[in-house]
Amino acid sequence: MPLTNALRDDILASVPSLRAFAISLSGNGDRADDLVQETLLRALANIDSFQPGSNLPAWLFTILRNLFRSDYRKRRREVEDADGSYAKTLKTQPTQNAHLEFEEFRAALEKLPQDQREALILVGASGFSYEDAAAICGCAVGTIKSRVNRARSKLSALLYVDGADDFGPDETVRAVIGGSGG
Amino acid sequence: MKEAKKQSGLNAEIQSRIGHQLRAMYDDVVRQGVPDRFAELIRKLDVPEASPQLGNAGDKNDGGE
Repeated sequence: MPLTNALRDDILASVPSLRAFAISLSGNGDRADDLVQETLLRALANIDSFQPGSNLPAWLFTILRNLFRSDYRKRRREVEDADGSYAKTLKTQPTQNAHLEFEEFRAALEKLPQDQREALILVGASGFSYEDAAAICGCAVGTIKSRVNRARSKLSALLYVDGADDFGPDETVRAVIGGSGG
Repeated sequence: MKEAKKQSGLNAEIQSRIGHQLRAMYDDVVRQGVPDRFAELIRKLDVPEASPQLGNAGDKNDGGE
C-alpha cells in the first residue's frame, strides 16, 4: 500500500519495540540503532509490498531480523561487546545489585544460539504469538515452540544451576557464565 | 530420581523469573520512546496524501482494479 500519514504514524509507533528487539539481538545499543535505521529505510522503500490490514509490527520485525542475520551476526561475533555498553543505553540506572543481576542475565542471553534467542525474545518479550513469531522467522510454529523451550532451559541452566535461591551473582553462576562456553 | 522432581518444582519459579527479567530488559528500551533521529527520518518523508493534486508525475497507476 502507499505510504499514508496513518501508516507513517504506525511505523513510528513501532520504533520503540524495534529498538528493543534490535538491542536484544545485537547486545549493542549503537549497532542496534543502525539496524533500526536500516530497517526503517528498507520498509519505506518497500512500503508497496506491505499488505494493508496485515500485521505491521510483524512485517517490520521480519525486515529487521533478516537484516540482522545477513549483516550483523558476523560482526557481533567479531566484536564482543564489552561489559556495560548495553547498560549505557538504559535511562534508568538500576541499583548495584539489580545491575549485576541484569548483566548476568544479558550475558546468559547472549550465550544462547541465535535461533533460540530471537524466538524467546519475540514470544517472551515482544509479545508475538507463536504463529507470528514463526512467520517472522520463516519457520514452523512447532519449531518456534521448541526453540523457546530450549532457550528457557538453557537460560535456567546458565543462571540458576543450583536452584531458585541463587539469584545473585555467586561463584557458581560466575563460573558457568564466564567459563565453560556453551 | 528425587533430584529430577525437585528440579521441576523449581522450574516454574525459575521460568517466571526469566520471563520477568526478559520483559524488564526489553521494556526498559521500549520506554525510551522514539529517538529524535528516527522521528526526523520518518517525518522527512513526503506523504503524497497531504497534497493529492501535486507530485503525481510519472508513477500513475491507471490500470483499474
